[in-house]
Amino acid sequence: MIIGSINDGIVIDHIPAGKGMELYQYLNLAELECEVAVIKNAPSEKLGRKDIIKVAEPIEINLDILGFFSSAITVNYIKDGKKVGKKHPVIPEQIVDMIRCKNPRCITSIEQELPQIFVLTDRDKGIYRCRYCDTKAK
Amino acid sequence: MRSLIDITDLTLDEIDKLIATAEAIIANPSDYSSRCAGKKLATLFYEPSTRTRLSFEAAMYELGGNVLGFSDAGNSSAAKGESVADTVRTVSCFADIIAMRHFKEGAPLVAATFASVPVINAGDGGHNHPTQTLTDLLTIKREKGRLDTLTVGCCGDLKFGRTVHSLISAMSRYANVNFVLISPEELRVPENVRSEILERKGVAFEETTSLDDAMPKLDILYMTRVQRERFFNEADYLRLKDSYILTPEKLKKAKSDLTIMHPLPRVNEISTAVDNDPRACYFKQVLNGKFIRMALILMLLEAAQ
Repeated sequence: MIIGSINDGIVIDHIPAGKGMELYQYLNLAELECEVAVIKNAPSEKLGRKDIIKVAEPIEINLDILGFFSSAITVNYIKDGKKVGKKHPVIPEQIVDMIRCKNPRCITSIEQELPQIFVLTDRDKGIYRCRYCDTKAK
Repeated sequence: MRSLIDITDLTLDEIDKLIATAEAIIANPSDYSSRCAGKKLATLFYEPSTRTRLSFEAAMYELGGNVLGFSDAGNSSAAKGESVADTVRTVSCFADIIAMRHFKEGAPLVAATFASVPVINAGDGGHNHPTQTLTDLLTIKREKGRLDTLTVGCCGDLKFGRTVHSLISAMSRYANVNFVLISPEELRVPENVRSEILERKGVAFEETTSLDDAMPKLDILYMTRVQRERFFNEADYLRLKDSYILTPEKLKKAKSDLTIMHPLPRVNEISTAVDNDPRACYFKQVLNGKFIRMALILMLLEAAQ
């Protein structure tokens, strides 16, 4: 399968296979007017299979979201058809308003204007917990 | 603004100081009888409570302060849909310190974020209850003379029992403390307490369904109630509520210097026949709760100045 290369924009690479569309939604890429390609199950030496997202515009990406998804993800920055930069997102210490707490006993279940804050409590296992009720993020 | 939301907000040094202050109050109550003159404590209780609310109120009165507040969400603007944030911003205009109990987990943390006075978590759903833990620590210190080198048995509802989670979190910070966690399979301690407190800190613990087997090992037996209000399903509550009932017969296997504790209220999990056993300390715990809350109110008001 051949997807055209991009001239100016970004390539989000090494997304765990099957997570590409989910990440597309978290990053609100549907709102973009430029070309966006989500490639699923591409062969990968490192991961076996991976997803890739190509965006044909040099947009700002929330690296915390990428780090929350997987520390294996890389972002390549393309300008004039050449790779001019690469970033490895780090696992963020906390994430805000990306996911919602599912605990029906949590204060956020009745006060929905509160920011949804999840704090990294186990870096090795990538576990985040709700700042209010300590429920594990799923 | 310094608040107390989770027992781990306090360093071990601070806990030691609170215990020392509480013991000083017990020794010389008159020295403290006007320390909070002119100060007001707001007790915002969105959920029913006897001991905790009265203990906070008695603590403030014995420090020479005054108390205002509500004991039922239905008597507050919460019934009109007011947010916790707006309520505590309002109450901060009238009181110098707030004690909050709420049926939703994390509500006191929200309160502490928006209040301009110190907030004390007086219990948030099945989550945390740090002043009960301070009460328990003071009781253990007074009964055993130490907080380290103890085998602590926690028995009953270890899943929803917030006092147990806070106690495990606090006692795990002392050397040579190990736990025997006694519960029905359905009411075991939550995974995060096991993995992120006990296993991470390398604290020795065992889980069992048998109170009889655990009894001879224990220095402390911390009994808890199976809490009807935490169950979504009445049938599950009825099935599990009588899992463990402590009787004089069961205590025959216990050490002679066992300390029997319970955060109260009890339903039937400790037979009243145990009440006269010199090892029963649960009513001493109640009294200790008032003294440690006095010490805490003093500490937070001093920090706020």
